[in-house]
Amino acid sequence: MNTQVPATALCVSDLVVHFPLSDGKVVHAVDGISFEVPVGTAFGLVGESGSGKTTAALACARLVEATSGTVQLGDIDITQATGNALREARRDIQVVFQDPFSSLNPRERAGSIVRRPLDLMRIGTPAERERRVDDLFATVGLRPEQKTLFPHQFSGGQRQRIGIARALATNPRLIVCDEPVSALDVAIQAQILNLLARLKRELGLSYLFISHDLAVVQHLCERIAVMYLGQIVEIGSRQEIFRKPMHPYTMALISAVPSTDMDTADTRIRVKGDPPSPISLPPGCRFAGRCPYAVPRCSESLPELVTRDGSHSVACFRADEPELQIKR
Amino acid sequence: MSDRATEMPTPPALPTPTTVPEAVSPTRQTWQMFYQNRAAMLGLCILLVIIITSIVGPLLYTVPPREMVWMPLTPPGQSEYLLGTDYLGRDLLAGLINGGRVTITIGFAAAVLTVLIGVTIGALAGFFGGWVDTTLMKVTEFFQVLPNLLFAMVVVMLFSPTLTNIAIAIGIVSWTATARLTRAEFLRIREMDYVKAERSIGAGNSRLIWRVILPNAAPPLIIVAALSIGSAILFEAGLSFLGLSDPNAMSWGRMVGDNRPYILDSVWGVTIPGLAIFLTVLAISLVGDGLNDAINPKLRQR
Repeated sequence: MNTQVPATALCVSDLVVHFPLSDGKVVHAVDGISFEVPVGTAFGLVGESGSGKTTAALACARLVEATSGTVQLGDIDITQATGNALREARRDIQVVFQDPFSSLNPRERAGSIVRRPLDLMRIGTPAERERRVDDLFATVGLRPEQKTLFPHQFSGGQRQRIGIARALATNPRLIVCDEPVSALDVAIQAQILNLLARLKRELGLSYLFISHDLAVVQHLCERIAVMYLGQIVEIGSRQEIFRKPMHPYTMALISAVPSTDMDTADTRIRVKGDPPSPISLPPGCRFAGRCPYAVPRCSESLPELVTRDGSHSVACFRADEPELQIKR
Repeated sequence: MSDRATEMPTPPALPTPTTVPEAVSPTRQTWQMFYQNRAAMLGLCILLVIIITSIVGPLLYTVPPREMVWMPLTPPGQSEYLLGTDYLGRDLLAGLINGGRVTITIGFAAAVLTVLIGVTIGALAGFFGGWVDTTLMKVTEFFQVLPNLLFAMVVVMLFSPTLTNIAIAIGIVSWTATARLTRAEFLRIREMDYVKAERSIGAGNSRLIWRVILPNAAPPLIIVAALSIGSAILFEAGLSFLGLSDPNAMSWGRMVGDNRPYILDSVWGVTIPGLAIFLTVLAISLVGDGLNDAINPKLRQR
């Protein structure tokens, strides 16, 4: 076996993205998150709408400016890169977007959409680019003859394949998948997930995979982080998160995955209410107001992300207490 | 169990599609819709006839438009000059043909200027936002609250009333609506994922503005541009009617203005150029509406 320590494809540390509002207030979209994506693995970032997962992903691809923190891609920090260094860095990190109907320019042919990264980054000769586009079409399961068609002539799944082909064009090290299957119907979701899994295996790709659907993340990701209101509340391997979740919010998410098992209906953890506004955050644990296990201490100070065992970390004061253990 | 499994007929293999459907670009879809619209095609035909007449007409019909050729105020059909003459005995048909050239040229030139200014300002404001947007929109509002006709008159009177200056004056007072529409389209499209995707593959701002967003913002702008030709023609007619026309050129508006005092003696002098203006603007509106109908189903289909 390879004894070499796997290199990291992406190393995010203490990433903060704040959006100032016109009245002086600030939206805390991402509030100091850190994680690493080892080469050849998929890292899942899970959370509900408004948890900041998409903003975090876009900041990693420098499509949103980070307020502070670093996003280390190989040996450069993409949040600070400018000019040519940024162009070079963009080769290594590409994005697959959520909505295949808005991620392709409706006025361009499929072939030129996929060829565009090569054109803009001046990779190879025009003939080589054309051949590469044919290869990419084959790789994602499209026929090269479909190159001349326009996006509206494809189905949702096919369009997402075009989006994946475009992301693959520059041979990136890491692909940010921003909910790539949540706009597709279930049968097509499986096809696209299998395609992503195959590409990861064959090309040694790494993914930063954003989703609100735990079942999707479980299918693909080795490591998973759960986000709540701009912070990571729990991070661990797939087994750790699914077999032994420690944060009440993770437990609630997992128990919300639909199941055919009749017994699970009783043990379902129901979370009431809506998350607090990211503009005026509560002083304590951000989940305290909705947490069924909250004690007064929870709404007084913010729990730190603490490593419990191995690579499994959780930000909860009561994670060790038996009350939470029993519920599993 | 295995028996039943063998009884099951094997489903016929799905035919693998071997032919690829023809590529249909959004532009071609729009043209097909437009082609089926009778009113729009009628408008286009009228417009083509008018444009061809004003280009070729003066070469074939060589009566000088600004010289006295017959008795003044001759009604149509009573002389060799088919449409009769005006109060100075000038040939109305020659005026119509030559005036069309001027009117349509000014209309197109002013519309081009309107679109150039409006699209540039709207695109920059919508794309960059922030203080760029605030500043440019304040400028736009300033031009919007100016009384159009008055401002154009001042411009034409300050600089001599040549055709170029008239076209510039019309362009300067009428770009604001285009700018606002362009800005709105840019605000909408710049948030689309395909713009983010272009950025993530290293596209710069100028490529994003002119090559990615503008082509997608173009459909409504084309409609506005088409309709602005019509309003520029009306504007020019209005200026000429008030006497602010190039003294060296005949235009339809000027013909109406010149013949107005003699309307009781010769209805034809104002009616014929007036009808020409009406027909041209109507044809342009029909084309504009047809474009609108042809472009919007595509948006619905998304």
